[in-house]
Amino acid sequence: MTALVLAELSDGAVAPATLSAVTAAAQLGGPVHVLVAGAQGAADEAAKIAGVEKVLHAGDAAYADMLAENVAPLVAGLMAKDGVGYDAFLAPATTTGKNVAPRVAALLDVMQVSDILSVEGPKSFTRPIYAGNAIATVESSDAKLVITVRTTAFDKAAAEGGSASVEAVSGPGDAGLSSFVGLEAVKSDRPELTSAGTIVSGGRALKDSETFAEVITPLADKLGAAIGASRAAVDAGYVPNDYQVGQTGKIVAPELYVAVGISGAIQHLAGMKDSKVIVAINKDPDAPIFQVADLGLVADLFEAVPEMTAKL
Amino acid sequence: MKILVPVKRVIDYNVKPRVKADGSGVDLANVKMSMNPFDEIAVEEAIRLKEAGAAEEVIAVSIGPAKAQETLRTALAMGADRAILVETDAEVEPLAVAKILKAIAEAEEPGIVMLGKQAIDDDSNQTGQMLAALMGRPQGTFASKVAIDGDHVSVTREVDGGLETVKLALPAIVTTDLRLNEPRYASLPNIMKAKKKPLDTKTPDDFGVDVAPRLKTTHVGEPPVRQAGEIVPDVDTLVAKLKSLGVA
Ligand SMILES: Cc1cc2nc3c(=O)[nH]c(=O)nc-3n(C[C@H](O)[C@H](O)[C@H](O)COP(=O)(O)OP(=O)(O)OC[C@H]3O[C@@H](n4cnc5c(N)ncnc54)[C@H](O)[C@@H]3O)c2cc1C
Repeated sequence: MTALVLAELSDGAVAPATLSAVTAAAQLGGPVHVLVAGAQGAADEAAKIAGVEKVLHAGDAAYADMLAENVAPLVAGLMAKDGVGYDAFLAPATTTGKNVAPRVAALLDVMQVSDILSVEGPKSFTRPIYAGNAIATVESSDAKLVITVRTTAFDKAAAEGGSASVEAVSGPGDAGLSSFVGLEAVKSDRPELTSAGTIVSGGRALKDSETFAEVITPLADKLGAAIGASRAAVDAGYVPNDYQVGQTGKIVAPELYVAVGISGAIQHLAGMKDSKVIVAINKDPDAPIFQVADLGLVADLFEAVPEMTAKL
Repeated sequence: MKILVPVKRVIDYNVKPRVKADGSGVDLANVKMSMNPFDEIAVEEAIRLKEAGAAEEVIAVSIGPAKAQETLRTALAMGADRAILVETDAEVEPLAVAKILKAIAEAEEPGIVMLGKQAIDDDSNQTGQMLAALMGRPQGTFASKVAIDGDHVSVTREVDGGLETVKLALPAIVTTDLRLNEPRYASLPNIMKAKKKPLDTKTPDDFGVDVAPRLKTTHVGEPPVRQAGEIVPDVDTLVAKLKSLGVA
């Protein structure tokens, strides 16, 4: 059983999500190879990940933007190669992984196992369903496995210490179906949400983008935290879409999660309830967020948060 | 151009699911069911494209039990023109759904198949991507903006790093994210009118698709429960506790 992991790249470097997927792949019990579709530098970086036997480097520009139409046939080709193919393909459950992996699965006529939380056996996994309100154990009957990995559920493999060989690979190239136009990214010096140790999240109660920034940003600065938000705060335009934590946004599990003016709908809890310490600040003592909070403060956030920022 | 919109009947998003004591699944008896919220967004987007003159016909399709007719009637009341029910009591996995949709798309030849990005019951997030693969067509997943431009469609996607725009050759597959639009409520006259719109019933066999599951669910259990902690009286206590826990 040899597993192929799709490397998640961010600004041309290997992103931490890759390291969690490598850990999940290693638990399948066989050698782990990593596919890097991007720059040579990223492939060299991936070769240092502990536990990786080989890195496949696809340097063709057709793969650089991770267009699923181009990357999926490359992966499916590598998976199906006679004699040297792979038994399992794993991608972190990032927006890139979620976009590419099912396309690979369908090309291979495999039913994908999405968002695994644990490896229970060679073909058996747990995964969250119903916004994490239930955990299903599923067993695949397909010849090959296609899996996306919930990164918060697996420790990160060490980024250094490995010495994998790097092999250049090529595939069908540009499928001619799609093209990348651009990425509108909000640049910030803050830690990235899914790998941050501390997160301060704001909800609908923050009123507007100015108020959100005035109240949440100083607290996040004090704590060295990433900033997250509820869907309501994103929908209302207080913050960009990539701040959304939840069932259909980002899944996070920091050491400390501070929920400010967030009620705690099941869809929000689905994205943060595995955080180590949860703090909730809400003026409604019956808000469901208090049912998962380690420390709850029933207060008006516009008084409590500035006071907290001052006293930290 | 036609737009095909697959819709799924799922547990209503306001209902907290209960796991059955015997570990066989989630209890759906007497639970409120609704159209998957992302599919509502897909129906809305398709109707808006029709209203804007970019599409002529919106066809809703559901693969599920007889009761999924209600979900299709909701789509028709919102403004879809006709509906297809592929009736089955089996739990059909995304791969098999994609195969059925491919057969329907080959017959109907839509310019766009507009799906929800995920169903809030199995949370798979696969069907649109799989359909695109099977049809050899491009995919614009997690869309927050869709703009048709001649024989192409520009899709702005909600990705982890921000908003990505891709340009796809039509016909294409699009999956919807939350910010694409706010779905309308069907008016009473439209609900009445929807009852008269055509609804065709088929079965998976009509398309020669084997819906036998590839994944066997061996157990469904409760997630680990989090103990509710304590309510602190004031900010000073909160700060002191955070410091003693070593997290601030
Ligand atoms: C298909 C679907 C997917 C979804 N996915 C997600 C998701 O991924 N993530 C997500 O977050 N949501 C998601 N939702 C939305 C979710 O159901 C809730 O609507 C949302 O989380 C509510 O956001 P909120 O807590 O900020 O707002 P509200 O529920 O309105 O809560 C605001 C809270 O602020 C408190 N408050 C108000 N004023 C003050 C004050 N001055 N001081 C202190 N507290 C105050 C109130 O007591 C209240 O508890 C999804 C919904 C659907 C249908």
